[in-house]
Amino acid sequence: MPGAVTTAPNPAATGSGARRRRRRARIPAPVLLIAPSVVFLAALFLWPIGVGVAQAFTGADGATVAHLRRMVDDPYFWDAARNTALLIVVLIPLQFAFALAMALLLRERPRLSSFYFYVWCVPLAISDLAAGLVWLAIFADRGYLNSLLARLGLGDGYAWLSYDNQATVFLAVLLAELWRATSLVLVIVVAGLQNVPRDYDEAAAVFGATYWQRLRHVILPQLRPSLQVALILRTILGLQTFAVAQALTGRNFPLLVGETYQWYVMLRNEGVAAAIALVILVASIGTAVVYLRVLRDPAAGSLR
Amino acid sequence: MSRGVGSPPHRRSPGGPEPGRRGRPAGRGRAARRRGIALHVACIAVTLFMGLPIYLIALAALSSRESLNRFPLPLVPSDVSVETMRVFLETTGVVAGFQNSVEVGLLSLVLSLALGVPAGYAVARYAFRGRQPYQLFLLLTRALPIVVLSVPLARVFLATGLYDTTYAVALLHTALALPTTVLITSAIFVAVPVEHEEAAMVFGATAPVAFVRVVLPQALPGIAAAAIFTFVTSWNEVLGAAVLTLGRRTLPAQVLSTLADSPLAFRFAGGFALVVPALVFIAFMRRYLLNMWGTTLR
Repeated sequence: MPGAVTTAPNPAATGSGARRRRRRARIPAPVLLIAPSVVFLAALFLWPIGVGVAQAFTGADGATVAHLRRMVDDPYFWDAARNTALLIVVLIPLQFAFALAMALLLRERPRLSSFYFYVWCVPLAISDLAAGLVWLAIFADRGYLNSLLARLGLGDGYAWLSYDNQATVFLAVLLAELWRATSLVLVIVVAGLQNVPRDYDEAAAVFGATYWQRLRHVILPQLRPSLQVALILRTILGLQTFAVAQALTGRNFPLLVGETYQWYVMLRNEGVAAAIALVILVASIGTAVVYLRVLRDPAAGSLR
Repeated sequence: MSRGVGSPPHRRSPGGPEPGRRGRPAGRGRAARRRGIALHVACIAVTLFMGLPIYLIALAALSSRESLNRFPLPLVPSDVSVETMRVFLETTGVVAGFQNSVEVGLLSLVLSLALGVPAGYAVARYAFRGRQPYQLFLLLTRALPIVVLSVPLARVFLATGLYDTTYAVALLHTALALPTTVLITSAIFVAVPVEHEEAAMVFGATAPVAFVRVVLPQALPGIAAAAIFTFVTSWNEVLGAAVLTLGRRTLPAQVLSTLADSPLAFRFAGGFALVVPALVFIAFMRRYLLNMWGTTLR
């Protein structure tokens, strides 16, 4: 199958044909086909990263760490770093448990399952800004949650998103992210489950394994590759969370990417913005490397 | 003796265990029914969690301003009104933002298909040196945070005169969507039998003609899905669009930049305007979702 299209040898090739073929052989067809995308991606990824490093480390008069110092001197930066880490650490286990439960529910093939799948996947196409605005309608001071509570006679309005109530601010952001981003894990897990043959599961059941035992020893091990991909992807995307918090609370719940936005768009300081962006880059690469190291070991057992 | 040996299994079925056996199917039936009910309750609970927020944002966006100012907000549509949405659409920059978003989305879609479809075809059909590194390169680019690109790109675009144009944003969005486009299209081309293509070439078609007349028609639905994916990515991306533009903002960037000083009604209407396309996109792409985010990822 590979190479079948253009490289079919033609023993009766004329001189010109052979020359043409030799010319083609110098630049093989697949290279010609992938070259535009490689050039484009290199131009739009490698070049900006170089420029970004330069931005973060040069000032008006040559190399400087002034931007870095300014970044670490800003208390918002440390709040943002802490919040981002906290969000990822709390969100991702919840999200994976939730997505796994949803996928296992769908695996039981309930009636209306295609309708359920549609509704559960809708957030896939919803941006984090939109998700923030959706949950703002719920958590706003005069929003739907407080309206419901008031109707039930349970107090008349709690300031869920106020700066003074950091716990509920965090909860609101967490819920909005859980709502928005679990769908991504869900589709990956559902696709992975389709590759898990039902026979194994049924065989285990015949030998008397309980549901939990089958889940733990039959289904989860086979889902490992899917879960790994989802875990890396979600952690890296989690590092980029920002508009949810921006829409829900403004700067009451700073996140790293939000600080980049703040420094660049509001404070017009591209040096510090680039420095924070580099921190995010290093964190992303770091998590990817750690995950790949930790998860590659097959003896490490199930995820998490 | 022999009867004694043979009897236990015999005795087991008509004797004591019989009621148990009769009881167990009934019990299993009840357990199965209880399980079925639990399954449905769980499904409905999850659906409520996923669906209710969308219902509420629709309810908020389709209420009149006056009813949004009442305090316990009505939880059922009492007076449906397009006033809030109309005011939102009439706000400066919103219609222009819509236009810019569509423009950027279409530009990125065309660009990422033009660059991505040939590459996807190459990955699917040829075994070549550099294929593995190329795929690794794609995965790496997918993992890079947008924010790392946006800030430096703003400077690059300022220098080249592309800053604050839809082209600038489209270039960024193409870079975001291109790796996925290559992965999706290669998965699709793998599914098109290579024999069809070879047959066409046996009958005298050149490779490009065989591709256009034979492969493309079969791959078209999947390519359409890849195109929608690119459009959705572009439609949803907000940070890069906000950093790379000042005047020609896309809709999300416009909503984001006016967030702090706009009334709640405006924000709800903006949220709804951003959510509605998602409902349509997912309805269109339902059949390809698993392919797109599931299998092609590995």
